[in-house]
Amino acid sequence: MNQRTAGLLLITPALLVIAVFFIVPLGLSVQGAFTGKDGRFTLAHFEKSFELYTSDMVFTVAIVALSCALIAVVAIAIAGYLTLGEHERTKAALRWLYRWPLFIPFVVTGQIMRTFLAKNGMLNHVLVGGGLIEPLAAQSLLDWRGILVAFVWKQAPFVTLLLAGAMASLDATHVEAARNLGAPRWRVLFGIVLPQVRGTLLVGLVLSFVTMLSVLSVPLMINPNSPTMVTVDVAYRISTHGDYAVANALCLISLLFASLGAWIYLRHAVQRAEENAR
Amino acid sequence: MNGALASRAAALVARALAIALLAFLIFGPLANLLLWAFAERWYFPGKIPQEFGLAFWGRVFSPRGGAVQSLVTSVWIAVLTVAFCLAVAVPAGYALARLKLPARAFILLLFLLPQAIPNLPIYVNIARMFYELRLNGTVTGVVLVHASHGLVLAVWIASAAFAAVDPLLEEAARNMGAGPLACFRTVTLPLAAPGLIASAIFVFLESLDEFTGTYFVGVPDVTTLPLLMFNASMGGNYQIASITALLLLLPSIAFMLVVERFLKADVLAMVGR
Repeated sequence: MNQRTAGLLLITPALLVIAVFFIVPLGLSVQGAFTGKDGRFTLAHFEKSFELYTSDMVFTVAIVALSCALIAVVAIAIAGYLTLGEHERTKAALRWLYRWPLFIPFVVTGQIMRTFLAKNGMLNHVLVGGGLIEPLAAQSLLDWRGILVAFVWKQAPFVTLLLAGAMASLDATHVEAARNLGAPRWRVLFGIVLPQVRGTLLVGLVLSFVTMLSVLSVPLMINPNSPTMVTVDVAYRISTHGDYAVANALCLISLLFASLGAWIYLRHAVQRAEENAR
Repeated sequence: MNGALASRAAALVARALAIALLAFLIFGPLANLLLWAFAERWYFPGKIPQEFGLAFWGRVFSPRGGAVQSLVTSVWIAVLTVAFCLAVAVPAGYALARLKLPARAFILLLFLLPQAIPNLPIYVNIARMFYELRLNGTVTGVVLVHASHGLVLAVWIASAAFAAVDPLLEEAARNMGAGPLACFRTVTLPLAAPGLIASAIFVFLESLDEFTGTYFVGVPDVTTLPLLMFNASMGGNYQIASITALLLLLPSIAFMLVVERFLKADVLAMVGR
């Protein structure tokens, strides 16, 4: 038996699982979205989706894009300080702090934020107690802002971890040279460090983008009423109307949003994997 | 001289404030969860619960509370998922790391794809397929959904773990007369074991925490811990929801604290790619 046959034999079960539990459902999704009750091709499900849920689509893209922007800011700030900061105790504290939400599931994050951001939540108590807002100005953040906070809280550590790892493996002499020439730290960060880890940042953000697009629990728990995220609409179409056709159309639309990011990610990842294989 | 001292003091204060703010943003929400988990009564506008106690813990763990049943179901599903994933991912990871494969780039792409597109359409249509196969609401159905999700991660970590084994050691074993299977069993597998254990832990946690797939496939008969928590929360029972959330948090945080012992930086960098 030559190596190629052996390799194929070993990898076939995994490929089968991907085919049956991934490719087939994906095909069914496309088929369901374009097939009418009479079994003929139709665009009616998409028309209905846009008619009912256009504002939710805009809401979804806006929330996820804004979350990505905030995640990038947080990740660059923390990873940047971990790489370029000079105060060892601060760095150690930061390194210990930032990862806590890393493995906390979305559904738990939803529950946590549901209590923390409520009108009677700890955030408002601290703001009022600290004299930062008047007691009457305290309001519930359980709307689009709640989803945003939950997403950034959960995903920023993941991107930070990837980014800090990439920054740590950079050639330190570049940074030292720039620092010796008197460049301030923010210029070293944006001029030298960040351009070299752009790919990692991009991959982290794309993965977060795709993940957030398909999270159901957080919007369901924090902001289930319209305008809300498309995932909530999908669940509603299925659980209330048994309407798989429109649900599939909505799924394909969010797939379209993700596909641009996915394209960037796949290109980058295949490139990397092939470099590793060499 | 005084100016320099003052600016250093200002920098110190700024750093301390920034760390304190971050600590509040990270631990504030967790502290709020803890308060709810131990609150007996907490009415508006109390800043902290009017009464602390463990009565709700008794309710959660009573037979009618369902937590024990859900915990057992969750752990059983996670164990089966790990077994299934490893059985499939170990050979695949070895082939990807060590053997020549035809259409290698295409195969890599197939294993990357599930991470790069939203999984909602997948779950929705697996639920439909399973409905016809009568797998909806069964443990088998939920395990298959979790496994299809965890497999990608498992294959990548297993492949990274095998790639990190020095081929010279395998060659030495073969030169001394070990057959390919004996070589794999006595040299390759033990050396790759830490990475494989890490991948098992990842898959276990993914399965334990999984919500969306279980939501579509598991209802109404399979109630895992995340679903129990969700139902309690949506029913407005914050104590029960918070206690269940705490149960879910413990393994996640324990793993977060030890992750670096299992995964070296190079393997960790592969996770999520």
